Amino acid sequence: MSSTDIISKSAAAIERARAEGRPALVCYLPAGFPDVQTTIDAAVAMAENGADIIEVGIPYSDPVMDGSVIQAATVQALADGFRVSQVFDVVRGITERCDAAVLVMTYWNPVMRLGVDEFARRLAEAGGAGLITPDLIPDEAAEWFEASDRYGLDRVFLVAPSSTPERMKATVEASRGFVYCVSVMGVTGARDQVSSAAESVVAAAHAAGAERACVGLGVSTAEHVREIGSYADGVIVGTALVAALRDGGVEAVGRLAAELSGRAKAGA
Amino acid sequence: MTETPAQQPEQGKDAADAFLAGGTSLRNAPGPYFGQYGGRWMPESLIAALDELEATFNDARNDPEFVAQVQELNRNYSGRPSLLTEAKRFSEHAGGVRIFLKREDLNHTGSHKINNVLGQALLARRMGKTRLIAETGAGQHGVASATAAALFGMECVVYMGEEDTRRQALNVARMELLGATVIPVTAGSRTLKDAINEALRDWVANVENTHYLLGTAAGAHPFPAMVRYFHEVIGEEAREQALAQTGRLPDAVCACIGGGSNAIGIFHGFLDDPSVELYGFEAGGEGVDTPRHAATITLGRPGVLHGARSYLMQDEDGQTIESHSISAGLDYPGVGPEHSHLSDIGRVKYEPVTDTEAMDAFRLLCRTEGIIPAIESSHALAGALRLAKRKVEAGAVPEETIIIANLSGRGDKDVATAAEWFNLLPEDSPEAEIGSEGEQL
Repeated sequence: MSSTDIISKSAAAIERARAEGRPALVCYLPAGFPDVQTTIDAAVAMAENGADIIEVGIPYSDPVMDGSVIQAATVQALADGFRVSQVFDVVRGITERCDAAVLVMTYWNPVMRLGVDEFARRLAEAGGAGLITPDLIPDEAAEWFEASDRYGLDRVFLVAPSSTPERMKATVEASRGFVYCVSVMGVTGARDQVSSAAESVVAAAHAAGAERACVGLGVSTAEHVREIGSYADGVIVGTALVAALRDGGVEAVGRLAAELSGRAKAGA
Repeated sequence: MTETPAQQPEQGKDAADAFLAGGTSLRNAPGPYFGQYGGRWMPESLIAALDELEATFNDARNDPEFVAQVQELNRNYSGRPSLLTEAKRFSEHAGGVRIFLKREDLNHTGSHKINNVLGQALLARRMGKTRLIAETGAGQHGVASATAAALFGMECVVYMGEEDTRRQALNVARMELLGATVIPVTAGSRTLKDAINEALRDWVANVENTHYLLGTAAGAHPFPAMVRYFHEVIGEEAREQALAQTGRLPDAVCACIGGGSNAIGIFHGFLDDPSVELYGFEAGGEGVDTPRHAATITLGRPGVLHGARSYLMQDEDGQTIESHSISAGLDYPGVGPEHSHLSDIGRVKYEPVTDTEAMDAFRLLCRTEGIIPAIESSHALAGALRLAKRKVEAGAVPEETIIIANLSGRGDKDVATAAEWFNLLPEDSPEAEIGSEGEQL
């Protein structure tokens, strides 16, 4: 299909939240931790408790953008035999049971290994919205542009506090769905405070023409979500949810998602 | 760019034809791409730092003052030029073919690594960065980085797999003596590749004041071209020395390949000499018919790791496979992108050498020349022996055949491993225990 005909699932999810006067909530979990069925159940619990977009991570042997909590979870998933093709089962399992847009977050080599076109085709068939690609920059993404256009998938690239105005503009133009604003120079992991850099990255993304800019990295509490929601179009939470799943299972994930989305009082 | 091995010979054929037609200099390879390899498969957060490094490097290499600084350090600190030594008694075991050794083992810190760390430390200073970080496997690059940091008065943090810090306790002590901080990496498989991952995580968080001093000609642009630049002196010296000592170019040049920095350095001096055959010897470990090897080009397939597209040891899912070699310096599942390209176009031949072949060559050099080589470099020596025999069998006149092997490092660090391998230690000695775990003193 031509790229102008594509209706972005993640953009639609963010716009639904905007219509309700709130930032979109994007919730991350790695596939296969602790097993495929639990990933699906936990993702559905997140959606039922206010997540607008589910981000499913593919466990990978060399996750350079991840901190210790997510690393530990993905290492365990791989040790327990997780296979990349199972991510399509996870996506299908989630999209069959809820309306949240489901993006896959993946380092690039597993996609390249399966074949970019094949990966995109199977993701689209499973009902996936698109990909978040932490180690793929638009400069190297020619093949992904083609495949994502062909199968109508979102391509969420990252921008950072270090991105120059030129790169910011190019990345915003290359993205579909939203741009992922890295809040801090660092890797994933809960932090006490959200970096002040986050607001300027979002402002730069908006100035570069981004209609939807979401903030991730270091976002872990309902207070963070409220703070970031005052200037960003969406808020991305990962590590805190992975820790909740690790420590308290599906129920704890649902409870935290409810807190983050404001559907439950913090600590309730 | 899907994996389309079927395309490679086609593309390779064009490049090789152009080369043979004399239309292209293969030495002119500034990156970011080497054929279909290289590039920048990196988080956006690091792109600005890579841009800054690239600009600084391009500026510096065209600055006579910088070039003079590098030359002065090479001469008066590292001890360059390194010798080219004819290994006459060793050659008797190579069917009489004349084998010459490029003596990078004689450099300060005992290997070629010093060429690159001094150059990058100068660039770091030029960028106003005050902190160096590095990864290390056996500890050689970590020691070289700590050395450069001490010389330039910079802070140095070295990431090293936890297993390695225990097995290489003396190298950890060397780095600490030089003022560096060694951080054991407990993530992932706790090996060299995980040390690189951890260094990248540090770099993302501290890129403002920190330079990542990558130790091999791999990674994202500009690292492959830049690391090569600082090692090209090896090949340039070797070419001149060969002409001076033998009156002609060698028939072949051999080097060992892990990430491939010593190899790309010596190859570059000869890339545009079509008569000189180039051979890279990968770590065949326990054999390429076993899972325990590090023969990335021989058995890997293209993928992306640590910022570059290149041959990669990976499984069906694109997960990186653990490599194995008796030589920690070759124990890496990736390889520099320029090597992948040179392999595809056929300019360089890559072959595996097993642990056993390397250790046989190690002992042979010790006993015939009085030189203890690094086990890494012993792969190049074993390859040179194999190649010499092949040439003689094919009818070459031995005394008129000349092979240069890059002796990339000295073997003092490998004595415990070698002593264990050759059963030179009493079974109950503490050294035997250390050696059995791969300690490299």
